[in-house]
Amino acid sequence: MKLRHLATALGGVIVAFVLLVGIFAPLLAPHDPFAQDLMRRMVPPEWMEGGSTANWLGTDQLGRDYLSRLIYGARISMLIGILTVVTSGTIGITLGVLGGFFGGRVDDVVMFAITCRLSIPLILVALTVVALLGSSLTLVILTLGLLLWDRFAVVARTTTMQVRNLDYIAAARAAGASLAHILLREVLPNILSHLLVVATLEMALAILLEATLSFLGLGVPSPLPSWGLMIAEGKDYMFFSPWVIMVPGVTLFVLVMGINLLGDGLRDLLRAERV
Amino acid sequence: MLIFVFRRAVLALLVCLTVLVVSFALTRLSGDLAASIAGPNATADDVAIIRKNYGLDRPLTQQFVDWAAAAASGDLGRSYLYHAPVSGLIRVRLPVTLTLGLSGLAIALVVAIPLGILAAMREGSAADRAIMLVALLGQAMPSFWLSLTLIIWFGLNLQWLPISGIESWQGYILPATVLAFSAIPALMRLTRAGMVDALSADYIRTARAKGLSRSKIVLKHALRNAAMPVVSIAAVQLGFMLGGSIVIETVFALPGIGYLAWESISKNDFPVVQAVVMILALLYIGLTLLADLMNAVLDPRLRAS
Amino acid sequence: MSPVLEVANLRVDFSGRTAAVRGVSLKVQRGETHCLVGESGCGKSVSALAVMGLLARGAVRDADVLRFQDTDLTRLSERGMARLRGDKMAMIFQEPMTSLNPAYTIGSQMAEVYERHRGAGRRAALDRAAELLGRVGITAPGMRLAQFPHQLSGGLRQRVMIAMALMCDPELLIADEPTTALDVTVQAQILRLLQTLQRELGLSLLLITHDLGIVARMANQVSVMYAGELVESATAEALFAAPTHPYTRGLLACIPIPGTVRRDEPLGSIPGTVPRISPGFAGCGFRDRCTHALPACAQTVALRSAAPGHAYRCVLPAEWT
Repeated sequence: MKLRHLATALGGVIVAFVLLVGIFAPLLAPHDPFAQDLMRRMVPPEWMEGGSTANWLGTDQLGRDYLSRLIYGARISMLIGILTVVTSGTIGITLGVLGGFFGGRVDDVVMFAITCRLSIPLILVALTVVALLGSSLTLVILTLGLLLWDRFAVVARTTTMQVRNLDYIAAARAAGASLAHILLREVLPNILSHLLVVATLEMALAILLEATLSFLGLGVPSPLPSWGLMIAEGKDYMFFSPWVIMVPGVTLFVLVMGINLLGDGLRDLLRAERV
Repeated sequence: MLIFVFRRAVLALLVCLTVLVVSFALTRLSGDLAASIAGPNATADDVAIIRKNYGLDRPLTQQFVDWAAAAASGDLGRSYLYHAPVSGLIRVRLPVTLTLGLSGLAIALVVAIPLGILAAMREGSAADRAIMLVALLGQAMPSFWLSLTLIIWFGLNLQWLPISGIESWQGYILPATVLAFSAIPALMRLTRAGMVDALSADYIRTARAKGLSRSKIVLKHALRNAAMPVVSIAAVQLGFMLGGSIVIETVFALPGIGYLAWESISKNDFPVVQAVVMILALLYIGLTLLADLMNAVLDPRLRAS
Repeated sequence: MSPVLEVANLRVDFSGRTAAVRGVSLKVQRGETHCLVGESGCGKSVSALAVMGLLARGAVRDADVLRFQDTDLTRLSERGMARLRGDKMAMIFQEPMTSLNPAYTIGSQMAEVYERHRGAGRRAALDRAAELLGRVGITAPGMRLAQFPHQLSGGLRQRVMIAMALMCDPELLIADEPTTALDVTVQAQILRLLQTLQRELGLSLLLITHDLGIVARMANQVSVMYAGELVESATAEALFAAPTHPYTRGLLACIPIPGTVRRDEPLGSIPGTVPRISPGFAGCGFRDRCTHALPACAQTVALRSAAPGHAYRCVLPAEWT
């Protein structure tokens, strides 16, 4: 039991830390993340042979400070994660609540939309969109936001179905509350905790997907310091200097794990509440 | 039962149609496909020629109907890049992707199901926690990064396995492992949850009261009931894995449809992209349909209704 | 004659927090029906599960004597218990709706017991299953064997459970509230079936129930439990004629018996609820609800004799309760 709380707390600390790093990136970064120094390329991190305290995590193939790029990368990951979840959450929750509340034909349409969405290959479509419309941060957020709403919709739909028939909804109806009032004030707050768990899952997924798209060269454009892009750019040097992919890779891994730990903790909390 | 199958089939057909429209619309997103194909340095004349040659000057609905009609008869158009029929390109590459996906799923099932059962039997124990921790770590691992890491370790430092291409079957080992990794957490959690439920069910107490052996209780009575959701998810996961193989095929340079799609996207070869999106969607729809049917076979209650 | 089942001072703790059973002793004689009575949560089901070795994980069983025929169950391994269960001793449960595995046919689930304990082949096992289905009054047994549990009603499922328990001709059948989940008319049928089977097969029956009507109808011997303890045990006649423990008296006062209770007289009830007993608990578990409670009730109370073969656990002499 204690271990579980510890894990949740660890997840929370990781997420909060990365968020703060992202927000205060300009204050924290020791160097300009875009400044190239061709005389100091591929300098290894401080603890390795040839490293120095001038660049704690070394420099990349263009001599840019790796730590500064990593810090600014936190900005991109958190921005993508949060904004994607806001977009996809809005779409998914709207569809799910409507389907779950009204049932019947409305629900058929929502279920159909979910099925269609699930059958569309995610990465391939996102890559195509970015390739056609040109890569930019906004486009990646929009594309992922328009694609990642399925789980929101599924969970919002089932939970709405569960609360739809409860007494307080009937009471609100009997009291003549408007539909908008019932949906926003009675239904939504009662399914919100479940949606929060979905939000953590989707945020982790969005961050992973952005890194994947950037890695494949069709995510956020160079020279933005996306962690996925850093791995892609370091790929050619990984056999001689493995740390160029290890540093951003481990960072990405830790952040995603932190979000998942937080989500797991929330889910357990929910389950404990229900019992 | 028949009605159930029929309804599922109709639904699948409708989804197919929608996906067809989506995959067509997708490539028309930029507004002017001809300009995209011609590239930034082309003159207005070049664009006009391309537009005429590829039939892009006709109304969109016309283009769609022609494309859909041709696709229905197996003609997926011609690749701008390879100057060859798309269907031929896909026919050569699809087996690679399917081999990758199926071996990935096989590895995932072989790992996830026994571990899930073990975790459920020892619910709350150190073994259970360790297994769930592995699931958590697996979930957070970016597959492209895991691929690169494995390439460095196995391919270069240990030199055990080939790190790109499929000259021999060993070429599939690393990519299939990475692909399996993405499916293992979900399958494992589900197996565990299903087994925990099943093992605490009344019919398990009955089975124990009958004096059955431990293995028979777990593997026959509990697993059969826990298997139903796992079967559905396994099929869905295979669909996701085929779609996600684009990353792994690119990293390991496997000549499957994912790699083909990635190449085509970066070279603006849209008939190919369109076709691959459609093929992957059809595969997914087919797999979910298959999962529903298998569940109907596994669950006698579903079969009757 | 030695009893089929002998239990002395059986104790069960749940993960060190709840003392579910605190010293239960009883004997089930060959061919008799022994009823274990008490309200829900008193530990009667847990006692039965403890005898069968079916306790959930986290439960700790301890007993001075736990003997089935000539076998000392306290020394038996899980494997050894498994060999007895379903063969010499069988059990049926309260929930016929969920006690059968939904994924397998009735035939498959019945046959597997016979295959396991008798080493029989599938054919022989299915023949035996059909024979027993007929025996418990199920028509068209051949057809039923191929059916799944969800195709059967609750009453039919309980008959199937009984038939399944009888596959290997057990010496002892433990029935844990076998009729509680069923309709009243079906209840009567199932009880009649149990009586018939017992007479014909010479079965020893340990019947667990909270229903004194069932006790009156079925029991030779009765053990009354309260808060994990045995509070009274006697033959059925003696118990109904002269209930001695205040709890037993209270229980009997709750049943309206035509002719003895006046129409306008309020029906008896026992105020309060069953306490949760933690491991350090001493004394009578009923004292908080008992109108006769004395300071001495907080100490361990021994069983005493009201008459030969009639024991009760109370500080008061029999004539004062």
